[in-house]
Amino acid sequence: MDIFDIAIIGAGAVGCAAARRLALAGCRVLVLEKGTDILSGASKANSAILHTGFDAPEGSLELDCMQAGYREYLGLRADFNLPLLETGAMVVAWNEAEFLRLPQLAEIARRNGVADVALLEAADLRRREPNLDPSALGALLVPGEYVIDPWSPFLGYARQAIAAGAVFSFKDEVLRGAFDGACWTVETVKARWTARHIVNCAGLGGDLIEQRLLGDASFEIRPRKGQFAVYDKAASRLVDAIILPVPTETTKGVVLCRTAFGNVIIGPTAEEQQDRDRPTVERAELQKLLARAEAMLPGLKDIPVTAVYAGLRPATERKEYRIRHEPDRHWLTVGGIRSTGMTASLGLAQLVARLILGKDSVPQDAPKPPVMPNLAEHLPRDWSTPGYGEILCHCEMVTDREVTAALASSPPPRDLAGLKRRTRCAMGRCQGFNCLGRLSELAGDRLAGLGEAL
Amino acid sequence: MNAPAAFLPVVETPAETADVLIVGGGPTGLAAAARLAALGVGRVVLLERQTETGGVPRHCGHSPFGMREFSRIMGGRAYGRRLTETALAAGAHIRLRHSVLAVEAGPSLLIASPEGVYRCRARAVLLATGARETTRAGLLASGSRPSGIINTAALQDMVYLRHRRPVRNPVIVGTELVAMSAILTMRGAGGTVAALIESGPKPVARRPFRWLPPLLRIPVHCGVEIADIIGASQVEGVKIRNFTDGSVREIACDGVLFSGRFTPEAALLRLSGGRIAPGTGGPEIDDHARTSLPGVYAAGNALRGAETAGWCWAEGRRVAKVIATDLAGAAADTGAIAVHAGEGIKYVYPQKLTAGGQKSFSHLELRLSDWICGELSVTQSGVCLYNTRISSGPERRVRIPRAQLPISGDAPLVISVGKGKS
Repeated sequence: MDIFDIAIIGAGAVGCAAARRLALAGCRVLVLEKGTDILSGASKANSAILHTGFDAPEGSLELDCMQAGYREYLGLRADFNLPLLETGAMVVAWNEAEFLRLPQLAEIARRNGVADVALLEAADLRRREPNLDPSALGALLVPGEYVIDPWSPFLGYARQAIAAGAVFSFKDEVLRGAFDGACWTVETVKARWTARHIVNCAGLGGDLIEQRLLGDASFEIRPRKGQFAVYDKAASRLVDAIILPVPTETTKGVVLCRTAFGNVIIGPTAEEQQDRDRPTVERAELQKLLARAEAMLPGLKDIPVTAVYAGLRPATERKEYRIRHEPDRHWLTVGGIRSTGMTASLGLAQLVARLILGKDSVPQDAPKPPVMPNLAEHLPRDWSTPGYGEILCHCEMVTDREVTAALASSPPPRDLAGLKRRTRCAMGRCQGFNCLGRLSELAGDRLAGLGEAL
Repeated sequence: MNAPAAFLPVVETPAETADVLIVGGGPTGLAAAARLAALGVGRVVLLERQTETGGVPRHCGHSPFGMREFSRIMGGRAYGRRLTETALAAGAHIRLRHSVLAVEAGPSLLIASPEGVYRCRARAVLLATGARETTRAGLLASGSRPSGIINTAALQDMVYLRHRRPVRNPVIVGTELVAMSAILTMRGAGGTVAALIESGPKPVARRPFRWLPPLLRIPVHCGVEIADIIGASQVEGVKIRNFTDGSVREIACDGVLFSGRFTPEAALLRLSGGRIAPGTGGPEIDDHARTSLPGVYAAGNALRGAETAGWCWAEGRRVAKVIATDLAGAAADTGAIAVHAGEGIKYVYPQKLTAGGQKSFSHLELRLSDWICGELSVTQSGVCLYNTRISSGPERRVRIPRAQLPISGDAPLVISVGKGKS
């Protein structure tokens, strides 16, 4: 029987990063994913901010992983052709109480090793962000906070892992498993797999996986919904930096920032719910979100909303990351990875490798990182190179060449949503009004979600 | 379309020269191209980003087109071809797969094509970029986001041009004429329609079109909004909430078609720094059809959302004539009077009236924001210039002849309609 060294459960941000790290270290890696694509659960809807960790709890594992992940991302991004929008962030104080907390935040930032923060008076703030509502009293400038593409890095990690021999099995939910002292046998909806170690990166299902395989869960997932609204690209001229609120005990709060794709987003909300599978958008909450964005940046009032979306964050009963390492049972859970997970993913992958392999692993330089197609708008896109046949999606300027390449790539898109995330087609202001017909003709027989032939 | 970026390898030697550049090859752009070429303004070049011209009528498989233009009834695709042939025969040039990235001073256009990115200068530019339906996101409709949530245009494009059916039994949101068209498309594709839902108190489409759903036994729910869209990978149903009593009911369906509520495709002008009129969401124009960018005109559904193809065609021709006249001599316009949409008015265009030159618009064109039975009036500095009884509703043409407005001075005009809802 085919025995894997490591079975990773969940192909989210952490699962993809861990698969890459372990595969590059020479392990035979299996990734079991319940959904049809990578990043189909909690990782689907993140705010795409690369955090410095300036406001993370001092001395926490979260802070360590974020900062390790931040450094590794900056180191590898050029090889993967991954974008970085060097916006910086400003924690803006909108009232006296918040203003008085800024020096304290600056102090925490410095203790966290983020030394380049600076306090901005109202006049300074206005000079940098002239379109911000004049009621802003001041801000803490955090120059190292950046915006990235929330999707392509993880596709890149998965591709490199696959090139190094990792196997990804999609639509393959884990049902039960048994450990015989040396190996785990895992039964899924598709097959029976054998692996020496299990790494549980199941995100919103993290506690369920422990329940199913270990018989008990060391934490409880309490899904926290985050809704976002995306403003038309015209909005990106109104704001430069990531606008953060003064954080509270429980949440980083609602962020207003540009995206790598040239839009401006507002979100997320923080709504506790029971359901782990249904991140719905709600008109009333979205209206509140838009009102909030427009209060911060009044120019947004005249700008249409391009898209709305929602995701669920795998919060638990406690704030910190939930690591359960049982070397005897060859088990490692990396759970409760909330909003900071995208930044921390590479750092968490280092942690996983260290805990499982018992040493710091140095990834080999082969196979070479895949060169990811650039989707960011501040860098050359495919359409600026002559020789394509046609532009299929005019809002996001996606060429037929990009769509063809995405359809042939690995792991391949299985549905329209997968193609959208790989190319940005139908993600723009018309949401497919103009391009769905042509896309259905090109890819309808290969992708779910584009209808049936008549 | 995106903002021009510093990285673009722009070919600076002109690959194209033109006297008039037209952006968009739908009925408006094609009609204007034909007229401009026939009027002898010089080289007329029409830029179309798709692989064929014809615009939205191309994928309206069943609607009658061409009565006004060619005195015969035609299908949408044949109509588009006929408009194209007419423009070419008149001497206009058509460039397919050409996307305009930005309107620059000159006027000049920054254009992306499969051959490369280039700039083209002209004496005048006409934006005829059309309109699109409001999306689910634009309406902030609640619920999940499975497959099967699309606009009517995408449905019709799939059915008529690609012979594919995205859904079998959708709910249609909206009751404008385009919703009735969607019903026919679904039937033509061997599907059914689960229900029509309308946020207003009654269907928007006129008789006899609004009789279509009852004739086909399709339920129409008015005064409701979408409370939830259900389904993980494909739509499985919608919940609708009644505005009056808050009651919620569920309708089984496999898709949601967001129809109508057309909004101008004005991103090019917006991103190029042109002024957008808040009411229409399209370019702010004067009565020549000039936008706030010098030398740049706009016409057709890019101005306001949906009008019929025939209306757009006629407008394209009128604006073409005015462009030709303006190019021939200095367009002497003395001052401009602003026109504001007041109480009960969703929008009005043109938003500015000038004194001199030939006009593209002999009327103020407006839409009401609600079903209203009352007094429509135009005032200037508190003086009533015009009033009339009106009983009308959303998406109905309401026109005020400019000749009947005794305008004096340059104070703004305010159009409003007195309350008294029907």
